[in-house]
Amino acid sequence: MMNRQGRPTAPGTNAAAKVDTVLGHRGLDHEEALIFEQGQAGRSGVDLPPVPAVQSRLGNLARQGGIGLPGLSEPQVVRHYVRLSRRNYAIDMGLYPLGSCTMKHNPRLNEKLARLPGFADLHPLAPLSTVAGAVELMGTLAHWLKVLTGMPAVALSPKAGAHGELCGIIAIRAAHVARGEGETRTRILVPESAHGTNPATAAYCGFAVDPVPATADGRVDLAALKAKLGPDVAAIMLTNPNTCGLFERDIREIADAVHGVGGYFYCDGANFNAIVGRVRPGDLGVDAMHINLHKTFSTPHGGGGPGSGPVVLSAALAPFAPLPWVVETEGGFELAEAAAGASFGRLTAFHGQMGMYVRALAYMYSHGADGLAQASSDAVLAANYIQARLADVMTAAFEGPCMHEALFDDRFLKDTGVTTLDFAKAMIDEGYHPMTMYFPLVVHGAMLIEPTESESRESLDEFIAVMRRLAEAAQAGEVERFTGAPHYAPRRRLDETAAARKPVLRWTPPPAAKAAE
Amino acid sequence: MRYLPLTGDDRAAMLAAIGAASVDDLFADVPVAARLPGPVDLPHHLGEWEVENSIGAMAAKNRHSGIMASFLGAGAYRHHVPASVDHLIQRSEFLTSYTPYQPEIAQGTLQYLFEFQTQVALLTGMEVANASMYDGSTACGEAVEMARRVTGRNRVVLSGNLHPHYAEVVKTLGALHDTAIEQPAPAPAGEGDLAPVIDQATAAVVVQYPDVFGHIRDYSALARAAQAAGALLVVVVTEVVSLGALVPPGAMGADIVVGEGQGLGVGLNYGGPYLGLFATRQKYVRQMPGRLCGETVDAEGRRGFVLTLSTREQHIRREKATSNICTNSGLCSLAFTIHLSLLGEAGLTHLAALNHARAVEAAERLAAIPGVTLATPAFFNEFTLKLDRDAAAVVEALVGKGILAGVPGARLWPGQAALADHLVVAVTETNTPAEIQGFAAALAEVLA
Repeated sequence: MMNRQGRPTAPGTNAAAKVDTVLGHRGLDHEEALIFEQGQAGRSGVDLPPVPAVQSRLGNLARQGGIGLPGLSEPQVVRHYVRLSRRNYAIDMGLYPLGSCTMKHNPRLNEKLARLPGFADLHPLAPLSTVAGAVELMGTLAHWLKVLTGMPAVALSPKAGAHGELCGIIAIRAAHVARGEGETRTRILVPESAHGTNPATAAYCGFAVDPVPATADGRVDLAALKAKLGPDVAAIMLTNPNTCGLFERDIREIADAVHGVGGYFYCDGANFNAIVGRVRPGDLGVDAMHINLHKTFSTPHGGGGPGSGPVVLSAALAPFAPLPWVVETEGGFELAEAAAGASFGRLTAFHGQMGMYVRALAYMYSHGADGLAQASSDAVLAANYIQARLADVMTAAFEGPCMHEALFDDRFLKDTGVTTLDFAKAMIDEGYHPMTMYFPLVVHGAMLIEPTESESRESLDEFIAVMRRLAEAAQAGEVERFTGAPHYAPRRRLDETAAARKPVLRWTPPPAAKAAE
Repeated sequence: MRYLPLTGDDRAAMLAAIGAASVDDLFADVPVAARLPGPVDLPHHLGEWEVENSIGAMAAKNRHSGIMASFLGAGAYRHHVPASVDHLIQRSEFLTSYTPYQPEIAQGTLQYLFEFQTQVALLTGMEVANASMYDGSTACGEAVEMARRVTGRNRVVLSGNLHPHYAEVVKTLGALHDTAIEQPAPAPAGEGDLAPVIDQATAAVVVQYPDVFGHIRDYSALARAAQAAGALLVVVVTEVVSLGALVPPGAMGADIVVGEGQGLGVGLNYGGPYLGLFATRQKYVRQMPGRLCGETVDAEGRRGFVLTLSTREQHIRREKATSNICTNSGLCSLAFTIHLSLLGEAGLTHLAALNHARAVEAAERLAAIPGVTLATPAFFNEFTLKLDRDAAAVVEALVGKGILAGVPGARLWPGQAALADHLVVAVTETNTPAEIQGFAAALAEVLA
């Protein structure tokens, strides 16, 4: 059908055919060269005042020859990074169902407050007389974390979750050393379903890692755990709710059993967001637990960081906490930086992730005690809703209600020719980031879905409809839809094997340019 | 609650679909004794305006660098960050994305990481760099751990002029493995040769460039001595802008270069988040900690980027990983990359020259004051003054005059009386000539 100007009014039959564009762009999706492949010598995107003439004090250490950086003006740089940004998925664009990673909404108020010059333009070694507000913020955050966890102390400085694990395990080691058991406490128990950081942290600290099997219902096998206990056990590292998205029913028995042989209970707090305001880890027998401020308290993931991993500590471990720490005084708060007592020392320069503390406290203030509990409830409700609505077309890994994430295995894909990976890549074509897959390791072809409390019911229903349709398509033999996916992303599947076999980890000038140097 | 979309009706309908009577039923696995009967003892939720007010009031109590003339350095440096940097890193697609484990929909993050790795390698003069660590101090700790793996040895030599916080991080990790750590006392007038302290059991020698007092020196001979003994030379750079003016550590023969990247793009942030830089030789790449981004092609043969060599990492190798690090400083590495892209070759070398010139002017002016001696003859943008009295008291007196004069020895080395009269002063492009004059006049007044 043509209109009166002779233009077609509906897509032609050829609309789906691929057109080779001149520059490889596809409409709004621009191909973008590396910054090193752009620019001209002598161009800059920054104007600076002239350099005063002085007698150099660099001596023979003044740099000779160029660095190799390209020169670009501000509009070029802005366009380059805007174009790159458009090749990313983001929580601001859609549901991001990464189980265990907790991709919840990142409030912009928190960004605004972290950028107040009173925080952002404050030097970490500024005289303590000039930083009262910063110390007050740290002390207030510490107070909220202690109340929410029911624990008496907190070390704020760890830079991320895994750094918090390191903090907790070093504190546990220090406590054993202080009791004269440093040489004999050599083993740490880690469930098979644990995050990779748990065994990595234990091994990094010099401990032998002893795996604890799971029961058929996805929880720690208490009998098997008890059989492994002995005077050489330094600790257990346990995630609760666990990585299967389940609450460890025997948690207090586990804590008692570990304490019974003189060991400590390290809790991986990656999933604390399921229970904030409803359950306090301090009531479960926990001795140390890191809190991922970038998961539970909404600081942005930023494409892989920065995170922040404060560690709450029991009375038994508190004396060994790293420097610096905030001391609550009658008049307010003070910062203690110098070595004192049994502290195991420093984990990092300065005081930790101040920018993240501001964001996390803003999130806490915004939610309040009531909102934090409601957020946990909604996160658990949303995950159970997904599990219930998908139960007939996908296969839930375990019976019964889950916590904040729903875990499926790949039985529903049996004999379809479609793998968990294929299924995940097909989700990309549908406009979603895939869920966490092949983790936890204890479930075959695992698909771990965490919707978080940030999703509306309409959004959840849409997601459920897509997942149902994909499951049906896999069972109906529409294999290419999956094995060829993604079809509609800025890139098709990438050759990761080639990348690892012959690693190219940086740009180097093409041979012609090298010859010209 | 403005962040929670579910209504009461939604919740009821969802519970019905699940077949649960209440949300409490979903928490049935929690031991009864551990269920909180009611809300915890904390305030209720607040609107944006109220939150902004109460947290803004805390910010207002700080006397930050913008309202004070600041000459603080010692591991954190105040540089001007162009407005476009902060605008770009706040784009949703960067700010609110996850680690790029799904490369088809994360090419934005992966390409800037590839650019970042290239920039860090170029600046440090090394062959390869990773996609960032938490900060300079933890990167330093990881460098020592890597040297232990590479050499199979367990003794480490630290320069006495290494930033004391960095040394403490190395010692914290070293204690886990009974690592023998040798460190001479800090030498504000310049450190002697460390080569005699290296032996056949030494895994690494760690030096800082410029060092914590600001001294710059050529470590080429030390690199040769270390390597002759089978040890690695680790060079720590806490002020990354210095690499725009100085011979890079790679050209001196460093085996690992770690650094604090905060000076480009990131800002002061009262100590964090910061940006750990980590660069080394290609031959050690499989011993590196942290994420690496590599180039590859997609199914249609188009260039693309992926996280690679992940068999070093905890999520694949678990207890056999090179480090436990998972989250790094992704968004800070983006800020660094954008700032450095804006500067370019011409801008960075200009910025570094400007920093040096302003610092030289300041050092000469301050050292002319009676009672003040310059302890660092050769430096980049940071130098140390020896005063005729306790430096912390002088700093406090200058706070009253609107000046953050520098970091006194007692702050960095509490209890070490020999260093208490030293003041570490940093000068950057943000310090105007008028500020420098004002500092000199105020210091002369305080010391008079």
